[in-house]
Amino acid sequence: MTVRSDLLVIGAGLAGERVAIEAASRGSDVILLSLVPPRRSHSAAAQGGMQAALANMAAGADDSPDVHFVDTVKGSDWGCDQDVARLFTDSAPAAVRETAYWGVPWSRVVPGRREMPDGIWVEESEEKAGLIAARAFGGTQSWRACFASDGTGHSLMYALDNEVLRLGIAVHDRTEAVSLIQDGERCHGALIRDLRTGELRPYLARATVIATGGHGRIYGHSTNGVINDGSGMALALNTGVVPLGNMESVQFHPTGVVPGDILVSEACRGDGGYLLDASGHRFMPDYEPEKKELASRDVVSRCMMRHIRQGFGVESPYGSHLWLDLRHLGKDHIERNLQEVATITRDFLGINAVTELIPVRPTQHYSMGGIRTSIKGEAYGLEGLFAAGEAACWDLHGFNRLGGNSVAETIVAGKIVGASVAEYLESDDSPVRQNAITKLAHESIKQTEARIVKLRNGGSEHALVLRQRVAEVLTEKVGIFRTGSELDEAVMELSELLDRSTRLGLRSSGRGANPELADALRLPGIIRLAITIAQGAQMRTESRGSHYREDYPHRDDVNWLKRTLATWPEAGEGPSVTYEPVRITDLPPGDRGYGEGSKETEGALSDA
Amino acid sequence: MPDRELRFRVFRHNPFDPESTPRMVQFQLTETPRMTLFTALTRIREELEPSLQFDIVCRAAVCGSCAILVNGKPRLACRTRIETLPNDITLMPLPFFKLVADLSVDTGQWFRDMGTRVQSWINAREPFDPNAEEARMSNETAAEIYELDRCIECGCCVAACGAAQMNPEYLGAAGMLRIARFLADPRDGRPEAAVFDVVSTEEGIFGCIGLAACEDYCPKDLPLTSRLAYLRRKTALLALRKSSQVEESTVADGYA
Repeated sequence: MTVRSDLLVIGAGLAGERVAIEAASRGSDVILLSLVPPRRSHSAAAQGGMQAALANMAAGADDSPDVHFVDTVKGSDWGCDQDVARLFTDSAPAAVRETAYWGVPWSRVVPGRREMPDGIWVEESEEKAGLIAARAFGGTQSWRACFASDGTGHSLMYALDNEVLRLGIAVHDRTEAVSLIQDGERCHGALIRDLRTGELRPYLARATVIATGGHGRIYGHSTNGVINDGSGMALALNTGVVPLGNMESVQFHPTGVVPGDILVSEACRGDGGYLLDASGHRFMPDYEPEKKELASRDVVSRCMMRHIRQGFGVESPYGSHLWLDLRHLGKDHIERNLQEVATITRDFLGINAVTELIPVRPTQHYSMGGIRTSIKGEAYGLEGLFAAGEAACWDLHGFNRLGGNSVAETIVAGKIVGASVAEYLESDDSPVRQNAITKLAHESIKQTEARIVKLRNGGSEHALVLRQRVAEVLTEKVGIFRTGSELDEAVMELSELLDRSTRLGLRSSGRGANPELADALRLPGIIRLAITIAQGAQMRTESRGSHYREDYPHRDDVNWLKRTLATWPEAGEGPSVTYEPVRITDLPPGDRGYGEGSKETEGALSDA
Repeated sequence: MPDRELRFRVFRHNPFDPESTPRMVQFQLTETPRMTLFTALTRIREELEPSLQFDIVCRAAVCGSCAILVNGKPRLACRTRIETLPNDITLMPLPFFKLVADLSVDTGQWFRDMGTRVQSWINAREPFDPNAEEARMSNETAAEIYELDRCIECGCCVAACGAAQMNPEYLGAAGMLRIARFLADPRDGRPEAAVFDVVSTEEGIFGCIGLAACEDYCPKDLPLTSRLAYLRRKTALLALRKSSQVEESTVADGYA
């Protein structure tokens, strides 16, 4: 049975739902697809905040979209598109207010004086009482991260999905896109596997948006939910014509808990928490005298790993870690503003964050890379295909994303891309070649059915085994510190795994909505994605943001002020890599004010 | 207590497979340190039965996917530590909800339906003005709404509810909490009559038989019983007002 709509949105997290709401409000007929019920999307796990320059706080009174722009560009280590960053920072204030209008219970400004953990007094003004409050986050000059306690993602997800309900937008949950239906020039929708019945169904649409989030799970150890394995990025890569941008740009968050890799929010440090080593020493000021714990995530993560390498880590059965100390923030603050953090440490570690230290270690968290799009969200390479959110490389984040800018991106880009898709649908008057499209859909079913038969007839390799090895290779060789020789090894071994994935078989019957079959169908795309990450990192012989090459420890603006574009040509054995210039408008490359190579750190961070 | 031999008895059935029949299947695992039910289920699927279906996303008790019956009690698999359980562990899908397969049930569709029935959205009074400052709200009000907004739609409250098992149309504590959440929100402009129509029915507040299992099993410790009580009082007040209005208008009609 073929399903038709104007617009097909794959992924119903914050970005996908914001696209759908905008397009539906403008009259488009939309179907939202989701692996899980939309409110289970990993967007709901975002804790800390959404950056928008409302300038409501005393410690952000001079804030503006301009300051937000500068922070974002410096955070990206000049890797972002400055037109996109400008559009984003200008649009964020109205976007956050709109979510307040939809019901997000944003925490509000309480007037009066209070003492911060570091002894500094702040006084919130009477004039701003009751407006949306904000907290400090890393790499920012102002308190700008709007928050709903520490359930920001949850509250936003529920408010947006409430709007989806109100507008009556069709949601088909428990569906997985297996491939895009396309002819090399234009995208006509996607082939879907129903995760209730196992049935294959073509969804044909005049426009398709991929908003499937990140790929963290392919690293194994990741803060991401188990469904975040980059399958939407792989859908685009598998077309052979759509490039992924900057896949080597991978963020490691300083505070994943050990063991379990569950994230505790950057708000912990934003609200005044410290990082301590085995001897209880607060070490971040040694490396970053100015920003301390609130340098950007790439910088803090590297400082932590250097400190562990120098033998100051805490040994544990789960490897070395450091401590996050919230005790001095006090019970009231933790229970009100860091409630989710306190629950996580209690339930999963048996630790009381009010009186005890929390074991943390940098953990894979976010992909700045993704499906390369224009400022309007159009994917390169296929007409009628768009992308938004973490799945996309819109390129707001360059080589390091600021905390609070991803939640903000989903809402802001979702609105912009939703409007641009609606516009595209209105203006598109190309003839609908119905017969040709039906034929393409039919071919895509036959292709996938053939793959399923082959898997059921059984090869000798198992998806799970290969997938675990992919995760090990990425974690060991394409992690926080990278070297040319290790990246060579990674590309080689991942390519071998890709070859082995042509001989996959199933241990179970593979009938119906079998999860083993789902894993097996997804695996080759995931391995291609992993190779694309490793290959991009191997070729980029400089260090920029989160991409840190120990053999090339400096940023190289002469040769590398450019974005990696990788496609995977049909029948090719590896990605085909080209580059495009990075758009610099207002802010030429300079000192970030933190991290290696900054005057502020005065050599505290050696490049060794 | 690591090294224990754990015996899992797991419900299996796929209603979409004509050859499937409901059955209990046994799996054995050796306990490892800090094992949770999520890690145990993952190991069963990876090592013993790759076709086993269960739902999990965040593994951090924020997404609400993984509620199942553990030795008869509804719990989130991700935050259930194996060390708190005996050697014999029986796992069943949540009752009340439609079975997808094995331990997976359709909480998602039920909650969407509930959301539509209770109009789980802001009924705004004015259109959004992108150039205006946000409407002010005290931080106390925001915190109160947040507290009622923390439901993760896991379904534990409905699965634990005696009334729901007898009345499939019952909106459950989750549905009542959702209404209370919008009543607490000054941005919402729904007329009281609309609230009354949904709440003052057998599917609403009068379906509750007061067993309070909803609150006992809510993994987010939401104030369910106090909100149910609040709605009961509110409904009674509305009913009183309504009946006095009816009397007044009847009287008025009589004189006309």
